[in-house]
Amino acid sequence: MRVALFVTCVNDAVYPATAVATVTLLERLGVEVDFPPGQTCCGQAQFNTGYRRETEPLVRRMGAVFEGYDHVVTPSGSCAAMVRENYPRIARKAAAEGRGTELGGIAGSLVPRVYELSEFLVDVLGVTDVGAYFPHTVTYHPSCHGLRTLGLGERPRRLLEAVKGLELRELPGAEECCGFGGTFALKNPAVSAAMGTDKADSALTTGAEVLCGADSSCLMHLGGILRRRGDPLRPLHLAEILASTEAEPHP
Amino acid sequence: MSGTFVGMPAFPEAAREAVGNSTLRANLRHATHTIRDKRARAVAELADWQQLREAGKQIKNHTLRHLDRYLVQLEESVVRAGGTVHWAADADEANRIVADLVKATGEREVVKVKSMATQEIGLNEALVAEGISAYETDLAELIVQLGHDRPSHILVPAIHRNRGEIRDIFREEMGSWGRPAPDGLTDSPAELAEAARLHLREKFLRAKVGVSGANFMVAETGTLVVFESEGNGRMCLTLPETLISVVGIEKVIPTWRDLEVFLQTLPRSSTAERMNPYTSMWTGTTDGDGPSVFHLVLLDNGRTDTLADEVGRQALRCIRCSACLNVCPVYERAGGHAYGSVYPGPIGAILSPQLRGTASEIDASLPYASSLCGACYEVCPVAIDIPEVLVHLRERVADRGGKGHRLEKAAMKAASWAMDRPAVLAAAERAATRTRRLHPKKVPGTGAWTAGRELPELPEKSFRDWWKGEGR
Repeated sequence: MRVALFVTCVNDAVYPATAVATVTLLERLGVEVDFPPGQTCCGQAQFNTGYRRETEPLVRRMGAVFEGYDHVVTPSGSCAAMVRENYPRIARKAAAEGRGTELGGIAGSLVPRVYELSEFLVDVLGVTDVGAYFPHTVTYHPSCHGLRTLGLGERPRRLLEAVKGLELRELPGAEECCGFGGTFALKNPAVSAAMGTDKADSALTTGAEVLCGADSSCLMHLGGILRRRGDPLRPLHLAEILASTEAEPHP
Repeated sequence: MSGTFVGMPAFPEAAREAVGNSTLRANLRHATHTIRDKRARAVAELADWQQLREAGKQIKNHTLRHLDRYLVQLEESVVRAGGTVHWAADADEANRIVADLVKATGEREVVKVKSMATQEIGLNEALVAEGISAYETDLAELIVQLGHDRPSHILVPAIHRNRGEIRDIFREEMGSWGRPAPDGLTDSPAELAEAARLHLREKFLRAKVGVSGANFMVAETGTLVVFESEGNGRMCLTLPETLISVVGIEKVIPTWRDLEVFLQTLPRSSTAERMNPYTSMWTGTTDGDGPSVFHLVLLDNGRTDTLADEVGRQALRCIRCSACLNVCPVYERAGGHAYGSVYPGPIGAILSPQLRGTASEIDASLPYASSLCGACYEVCPVAIDIPEVLVHLRERVADRGGKGHRLEKAAMKAASWAMDRPAVLAAAERAATRTRRLHPKKVPGTGAWTAGRELPELPEKSFRDWWKGEGR
């Protein structure tokens, strides 16, 4: 089984610890992971802001970089959703405009091979207990693209519930958007911050120590709000919790 | 659409103001959460909800694909049943047709059934300009009209008002429009409803002309259908001598049988009820029963242009249930007025820029008034993929290169250029992380982010450098 890690541009540049944790976790589960260095970004920000044609070279790059791998795993629900939902759309529109006939093949080949981390663990590896140890109270925020576009359902929660020492606390209004939304956070800052503040407030009512998510950009937004207010709740990616063990606990 | 909203600021500015209004936010939060919870329960009762949703989508898609044929069939059916059909290309034409029809009766006032189409074209204002008073009879529309306000929700136009505000509006304004509010009116719902009932009854019994829209028009029989909850609609549809209905061309459905689907999905999605209290249907005119004169004004006003767009046309499936507004986290904070249109919320964000075009600042900003969370798509009873249309319209706005988009386009192009060159990306990451101790707390150009949040601290090295360092 040839497995490639797609770390996403945000994790690569801003949250490398999440990507390192993903590697640690997968290797502990016996998966040989490769990181093709030609990878960059899935093009989600450009696509969602209205610059679809600018994403075409990135679709080509993703196709070339991950060619030949059985599975492409990413610790980001929204980047997985970008490939699965929007690459076929980009290909269809390009073809309709008389360009890039190869994009359809690239999308068709990538879509069934791209997995969000929790999907890969539960569906491909067939594990829910990954042997993790994390003695803290945790509340989980299911990000919109993971929840609605990918339909991750209970997978992340089942993984968390199996972590030794972890106490999972229900997040009230869990399915509501945190307000990040890519460039939405910059184009509509007032509404975005109001949504994030409400989400942070409901996470605080759980009394948990850790706010867990499977999308670093949502955590960046919520973490920025929590830090601005000095709230006692730390954001942490699902991969980092799952990578934590008794021998090597998360710092 | 209505001229009422011309000169509106773009969505982000209008929304910022609403976000700062704590009473408005509390009113909106309470109302949207109550109705979204009730709706979820009402929908959960139906085991075949997803099939009904798919059926609604298919019926609407089929009708839109053959719209020309069904509209001609509708016209023939309405005429056969004794009605008259008028075709209006835009708001001005529709308003002129209605004003002329009212003037021909010699009347100077009309009673109105709540209708989005007549609001869209600004009919009330156009009639006032012709010396005709148009009285809204839906309770919430009455509150909005008496308050010299604008509707802020498709189904609950006065959602932004609480009981105390409504009492004050009734006390101060009812007298100048007709029967005044009773002395000592309190803010109890029963007393407010009774005051409205007495005020409106006087108008129902006096009116000779009624104006309505319609939720559906059945092509095979020429029947128009209105769903409502208060009975005011039935009064307006039966008591006057002349009835004028202004309806968007996309409201046609082929057969009576098709109604079966929407009779189930519309009430549950909009008011969270199994069945709406009043469903009124009328087919032309009948001697001795109801209005003796019936006019149907078929309104285009940007709809055929919308139909021409392969992705955007799905917005025409909308049955105006407002479920998307009630689950939208952006609508919940920004309120309906910020959308600058009679169609607020997610559906407004895709409908208004298509019906009106994206030339104005407000219309160009609407496709961005969403975090693309997808809650609207999930609840839509005719499965309109609102996030897909939003992104599609963003492309249209970005292509026009309006205010702010030229710079953005350059930035996006630069980003795509760098992202297509891993070495450039790696070098940029390295430069940023090496200088991270020197970065000012407020990095220039990040104001929109740092107004409400901290920036993340950059790591010592990027993942790709870590990977390389591990010697893999």
